[in-house]
Amino acid sequence: MILLETEALTRAYGGVVAVNKVDFEVESGLITGLIGPNGAGKTTLFNTMTGLDTPSSGKVWFNNKEITGYPAHKICRMGIARTFQNIRLFKELTVVENVMIGRHFKTGKSETKGRFLNAVKSYVKLKEEEEEIYEKALDWLDFFDMEASKNELAKNLPYGKQRELEIARALATDPKLLFLDEPAAGMNPQETDHLMATIRKIRDLGVTVVLIEHDMKLVMNICDTITVLNYGQKLAQGTPHEIKKNPSVIEAYLGKDEA
Amino acid sequence: MGIAEFFQHLMNGLTLGGIYALIALGYTMVYGILKFINFAHGDILMAGAYVGLFVFDGLRGDAPLGTWTLIAFFLAMLISMGFSAVLGMTIERVAYKPLRGANRLAPLLSAIGVSFILSNSAAWAFGTHSRKFNYPFDNTPVHIGEVVITPHQILILSVSLIMMIILKLFVDKTRMGKAMRATSLDQGTAMLMGINVNRVISMTFAIGSALAAVGGILIALDFKVYATMGTMTGLKAFVAAVVGGIGNISGAMFGGILLGLLETFGVAIFGIPTGLKDTIAFGVLILILLIKPEGLFGKVEKEKV
Amino acid sequence: MLNFFLLILIYSGIYALMAMGQNIITGYGGMLSLTQAGFFAIGSYVTAILTTQAGWSFWATLPVAFLVSALFGLLIGLPTLRLKGDYLAIATLGFGEIVRNVLNNWDSLTNGPMGIQRIPMPVILGFTINPYKKYAFLVMVIVFVIIAYILFQRLARSRMGRALAAVREDEIAAQSMGINITKYKVYAFILGASVAGIAGSLQATFTLSVTPGTYTFMVSVMVLCMVVLGGMGNFKASILGAFIIQFISYFPQLTGLSSVIPPQFKQILFGLILVVMMIWRPQGILGREATRYRKRAVTPTGGEQ
Repeated sequence: MILLETEALTRAYGGVVAVNKVDFEVESGLITGLIGPNGAGKTTLFNTMTGLDTPSSGKVWFNNKEITGYPAHKICRMGIARTFQNIRLFKELTVVENVMIGRHFKTGKSETKGRFLNAVKSYVKLKEEEEEIYEKALDWLDFFDMEASKNELAKNLPYGKQRELEIARALATDPKLLFLDEPAAGMNPQETDHLMATIRKIRDLGVTVVLIEHDMKLVMNICDTITVLNYGQKLAQGTPHEIKKNPSVIEAYLGKDEA
Repeated sequence: MGIAEFFQHLMNGLTLGGIYALIALGYTMVYGILKFINFAHGDILMAGAYVGLFVFDGLRGDAPLGTWTLIAFFLAMLISMGFSAVLGMTIERVAYKPLRGANRLAPLLSAIGVSFILSNSAAWAFGTHSRKFNYPFDNTPVHIGEVVITPHQILILSVSLIMMIILKLFVDKTRMGKAMRATSLDQGTAMLMGINVNRVISMTFAIGSALAAVGGILIALDFKVYATMGTMTGLKAFVAAVVGGIGNISGAMFGGILLGLLETFGVAIFGIPTGLKDTIAFGVLILILLIKPEGLFGKVEKEKV
Repeated sequence: MLNFFLLILIYSGIYALMAMGQNIITGYGGMLSLTQAGFFAIGSYVTAILTTQAGWSFWATLPVAFLVSALFGLLIGLPTLRLKGDYLAIATLGFGEIVRNVLNNWDSLTNGPMGIQRIPMPVILGFTINPYKKYAFLVMVIVFVIIAYILFQRLARSRMGRALAAVREDEIAAQSMGINITKYKVYAFILGASVAGIAGSLQATFTLSVTPGTYTFMVSVMVLCMVVLGGMGNFKASILGAFIIQFISYFPQLTGLSSVIPPQFKQILFGLILVVMMIWRPQGILGREATRYRKRAVTPTGGEQ
């Protein structure tokens, strides 16, 4: 089943076309890799799909519903969570608070009562609600083996842990689809191995994963399918095996002469 | 409105705008480099006006209007520029420099503090009454057709024009100017290229403050000198800087003139009561921020995700 | 002497309300608003006008003051919240000035610069709370402060507090976590405005007269000082800050030194407090409030670098 799909998605800044008529699709339950040389438009594609940037033209569908141009918080609430290339944690907040923010929109909403009554309820039953959020956040920290550092400030965590915390925070929103923007950047080989295991674990929870990554070992190892971008356009799409042998991909990465 | 009346308002608007432009330059230059609003800029203008007034009165003594009073006036202006430049650099050193790289609210709060210290110290030292800054020349208006122009207006227009040309040449042609432009684009890289960023920042404050002093003296000739004179004028000049696109030098000049014209014509044509004249500037500010927050000539800055 | 002390306590209470409002906007939400004086004025005038012209009781005007200031909070909040820190500061400052300008000029409603006199004293269950006899009034103010404190404190410890913290720390990340950042910024603004409106009502019924001259930029800076001095992100600290600043304000009268100490003394001190705190103790006296998830704050004010 196709979980997310874009149709001729384009983002131009003045004359520069960062993403050019890209048809991107994400199969439910798989790990999809998005690769391409620097400046190929990978992050811009992420941003236009997650509402941080508005596409110039084209469409985005998620779960058979068009979400083109939706604001970021709405898209998150529909079930798409993400991390950032240059880690964007809430630095001065503690580890557990970071994850608790991920639970923000999960409480205080109810189908039966109106908005106002709900607000009143969550205000009156503050302790109860906070407890629920806290427990859920701890569960996610446990998933990443980080419970011990729950009261540390996020900025004091080692780099690798910060990346993991960002993923934990994203997962706390109970997403169907998780976007990871260069999750292994700056990690040493051991950390990367650990990350690969974690990403598989996430997939096994039933979360569909899309990742941008430059570490080819990681990409080829864990991705079920790969899409290659170059100069804002989709260059190729296929299994890791197919991508490895695709001549135009090799050319894009290595240049014509060496190919 | 007849042609003559139109030109009259145009002239008044241009002179007012010229002063706004001079002051706006200080805001825009500092913002361009440090990305923060120097709230104390208006009070530096006030300090400059006081120094100018005292030096001028001292030099002039009882001399009648003539060549000497003109010389004394320009000397006073130079000394006031020097004083304000030092004042601006000192403020930067003491109150802003320790906060570089701190929380983004910190320098802003510190600047509000400095502004308060300056204006109230002046009120304490020089009293709350306003003092007249005598014209250094015979200010009898000249009639050109039906349009009335005062020598003061001619002075304002020529001085602000000259200052702006010098500044533009300085920023575009000199090594220091180039260093300033580089620093405003990327402080880190500028530092790696061997630019002494601290000096560039000091210089920026010095120039901006000196220009503010000129603006202060020019405006004082019509509106007197008092401790809080910098507040409203400073705010309006800031609006001018935003209208032109903050961080953009030519934009500040244009924004200043535009605001001066809007105020003059707003009162004259749209019959906005004089009591609400000051509101025009803020109306313009809120409007421009809503429609085109980067200003007329500014660049859109988007945070990289 | 005792009388003075009671006066200081009453003003501390009135200002503590405003300071808590400022704190939710600046300390929790990370937005620098400079317009508490504007909302304060609106609250005061609502009470003044409704009691003197429509014959309402003080208590009946309270919800109106609350709602009208909240409405203005929304009106100023919605358009300006798209602005980055420095612009927001200026735009809100402009709003405060516009309010004062309008109060000064709308003679038919506000009686212009003369203001409104003979505001009736509040009566509760047949008992008149006479501001001249201070004790009863002080008790009333304390009740207001306690109620506001409890409500705000609870809010800050709920999802809303955390959402505001997220907005303060990183707007982009907050959005991507499903937080409607505009909504929370506007909430913070409305809350800050409405409590300042209530403070305004109390002020009106304490002084029994209102004039536009009371609601200057100085008031906004004082409130800001209280928050900065006490500690951002801590409501107890706002109350402490309000007391200290009011104590400083009345220090000359309290010690009988008002003939020796110049009237500008307090403003200069406020300015110094802002600068000095930013440089040496940006977290304020008490620092950000420790919560269950966060032991006493190790780092200063917090926020985006």
